[in-house]
Amino acid sequence: MILLNGERSDVRAGESVAAVLVRLGLAVDARGVAVAVDGEVVPRASWESFTVGEDARVEVLTAMQGG
Amino acid sequence: MHDTVSAAEDVLTIAGRSMRSRLLLGTGGFPSLEVMAEAIAASGSELVTVALRRVGVGGDLKHRGSLVDVLADAGVQLLPNTAGCHTARDAVITARLAREAFATDWVKLEVIGDEDTLLPDAPELLRAAEELLDDGFVVLPYTTDDPVLARRLADLGCAAVMPLGSPIGSGMGIRNPYNIALIREAVDVPVVLDAGIGTASDAALAMELGCDAVMAASAISRAQDPVAMARAMRAAVHAGHLARGAGRIPRRLYATASTPDEGLADFGDGAPGLS
Repeated sequence: MILLNGERSDVRAGESVAAVLVRLGLAVDARGVAVAVDGEVVPRASWESFTVGEDARVEVLTAMQGG
Repeated sequence: MHDTVSAAEDVLTIAGRSMRSRLLLGTGGFPSLEVMAEAIAASGSELVTVALRRVGVGGDLKHRGSLVDVLADAGVQLLPNTAGCHTARDAVITARLAREAFATDWVKLEVIGDEDTLLPDAPELLRAAEELLDDGFVVLPYTTDDPVLARRLADLGCAAVMPLGSPIGSGMGIRNPYNIALIREAVDVPVVLDAGIGTASDAALAMELGCDAVMAASAISRAQDPVAMARAMRAAVHAGHLARGAGRIPRRLYATASTPDEGLADFGDGAPGLS
């Protein structure tokens, strides 16, 4: 089971980070977005090639007013 | 250190970046993006904080996507924060994600040690600062008003220190002005008074104590009229900075006449008294 932003998701192992972003309604070139898989940052340049593994924890973050 | 200089030369420089404004603005708490944009313009701020949160939380995507656009249109530099992080590890990962999201290696480092006061966790803060500095970040740590901790952070290589006046969002002003003055003496990097500012006089006091800049968030965004308060803070920071440079008179218990006694008239005892 892959956790997407802390919730069970139907993301499958082998999907690219870019595909996960599309599931969330984000463009693959979205500004102000960052992705971590299992606590490691996935650089923007690797979004197409990086695939998520079994039981991965995927965090997709974006800008929010704060501080 | 704070010579009176012409307005053109009087800039705030952090990590080689010069800014004419000495007011940093937090973007949290504004009633709308429109008011936020207006307040940024009124404040004159060139450096504003922004947070990172999960997509799908806190408003629809379209709204949050436009935050980045609004800030880009305002022409300000983004200062991502690590607000809400309670460990060095979480803060470091958040900073790395912010670098990716906002294409800046600047970070306002916050590592919180207590839920009720939101006071910084000193050991975790030092650990996170060290890690991020090693990783090439420009680190601006939110710290307690402890001069020793501020010096440790500066010695590590932090580009500025951001001591609190009082807890975040409390509006309690500067509870220990002596410590803020000591921090100014203790470090060579810019001192940015962060947290606790309630109104304009607090910001002026910070500058009078020798701070190089003031950061305000809730004090502006949650004021009844945020745009008017942004204008007030801008004026207060400017006034306090000028007053610091001008050099205030010492405090005395007794009066010191400002009008000289010499040449005072003597009307004699024979003069008519009051009826």
